[in-house]
Amino acid sequence: MDSLISLWEWLGENLIIIQILIKIVLIVAPLMLCVAYFTYAERKIIGYMQVRIGPNRVGPKGWLQPIADAVKLMFKEIVIPSGANKTLFLIAPMLTLGPALAAWAVIPFSDGLVLADINAALLYVIALTSVGVYGVLIAGWASNSKYAFLGAMRSAAQIVSYEIAMGFALVGVLVAAGSLNLGDIVRAQQGQAGFLDWFWLPLMPLFLIYFISGVAETNRAPFDVAEGESEIVAGFHVEYSGMPFAVFFLGEYANMILISALTALFFLGGWLSPFHGFPVIGPALEWVPGMVWFFLKVMFVGFFYLWLRATFPRYRYDQIMRLGWKVFIPITIVWIAVVGLAVVLEMPWWFD
Amino acid sequence: MKALRDYVKSLFLLELMKGLGLTGRYLFKKKFTVQYPEEKAPISSRFRGVHALRRYPNGEERCIACKLCEATCPALAITIEAEPRDDGSRRTTRYDIDLFKCIFCGYCQEACPVDAIVETRIYEYSFENRQEAVLTKEKLLAIGDKCEAQLAADISAQADYR
Repeated sequence: MDSLISLWEWLGENLIIIQILIKIVLIVAPLMLCVAYFTYAERKIIGYMQVRIGPNRVGPKGWLQPIADAVKLMFKEIVIPSGANKTLFLIAPMLTLGPALAAWAVIPFSDGLVLADINAALLYVIALTSVGVYGVLIAGWASNSKYAFLGAMRSAAQIVSYEIAMGFALVGVLVAAGSLNLGDIVRAQQGQAGFLDWFWLPLMPLFLIYFISGVAETNRAPFDVAEGESEIVAGFHVEYSGMPFAVFFLGEYANMILISALTALFFLGGWLSPFHGFPVIGPALEWVPGMVWFFLKVMFVGFFYLWLRATFPRYRYDQIMRLGWKVFIPITIVWIAVVGLAVVLEMPWWFD
Repeated sequence: MKALRDYVKSLFLLELMKGLGLTGRYLFKKKFTVQYPEEKAPISSRFRGVHALRRYPNGEERCIACKLCEATCPALAITIEAEPRDDGSRRTTRYDIDLFKCIFCGYCQEACPVDAIVETRIYEYSFENRQEAVLTKEKLLAIGDKCEAQLAADISAQADYR
């Protein structure tokens, strides 16, 4: 054990790149497993909500289903449509998955447990999540198919619109926390009232808007016009098959988990215990590591993604635009003013 | 006033919460799924599966080649050829049912005056080539011999309603 720790320190001093690579693997490998099992959870939960039981044949209770899916997709042929721009066609899925993974570099899993503890973390996250739209756009254009192109157009317009509401919601968080560092944002939510100290309460409208914009941002139901089956088959990824399709799929789910994690960090107190400072139950749960709380919160928000998909029909396109521009953006602006005032006047209980 | 109420309703996502509540309740409901190969849904005695030709208890085939089934078949799936047998009785020499054409309407069973052609409860069958989809007289009689007990029970259960 001691020799391992000294080897780790030696790596940090001499071959820091190796150390960073090991850390990246430690983040990405479990993340990919989470993505795989998120698809399983989706099929199961939506199945249960539709009074059926979902996949239960591959392995005990269907536990191996995501692995079977992955193996199937790996062995499928990669069809490149004639007239498609081959380079861009293959780059597009990577452009969707890449940012969704790269953003995890700044996510603190527990106090101090973060790959890159940078001060501009919030900006970095906003920048990277908006790069994802290029993947969609390029996929739509490079496929040389009108359905893919229509899907890409819709998706791009939608993502760009909701990015603004999302950004404004984060400005509220920024004002309330007084920092761009994700760790500091979580620490600003610490207090003696457990989950009542977190930002979801004073920033309730921003919390809802951030989450709903996140759903729109990841092109998930009920905002999934980009892949509306009844109109444009599968949208921007109609022409994809085999592994490139799998990468798109991974990207979509990795994005969902990312948005869930960010929601947990910004509004649900990240790694903080929800019962901190409560009598009896607070000290009784003090031993639970922060990472577990964080994971539970991410799962909680992720569950909402599936719940929404099982419940709501798809929005009409003009309604999506109306919601984004005429409802969310005004509300966020008003609430930023409210939060700003509360911070300046040091209002109890969150900002004193 | 109503506009205001609607406005508040949509702003606070009240209707959406209601929808979420509904699906949330369904999450815990009992599931209907029948685990098919292990469990099977119950079958009515009127079930119309693959066909069979029946025999009398003494082993004589029931079909007298009246060709009513052939005439009534809306899909023209039945082909019958008949000749007098050596003992002078009229019997079919050929009785083919093309299962690709058959729509399993059960009219042949309704039309048959001697309850010879019937539809069984068998619904799990497959073909590996096109020839197998044509049920010949031998195959039909074999199916009938195999299912006779069940067929007799089903027909007597339905006798009151005919």
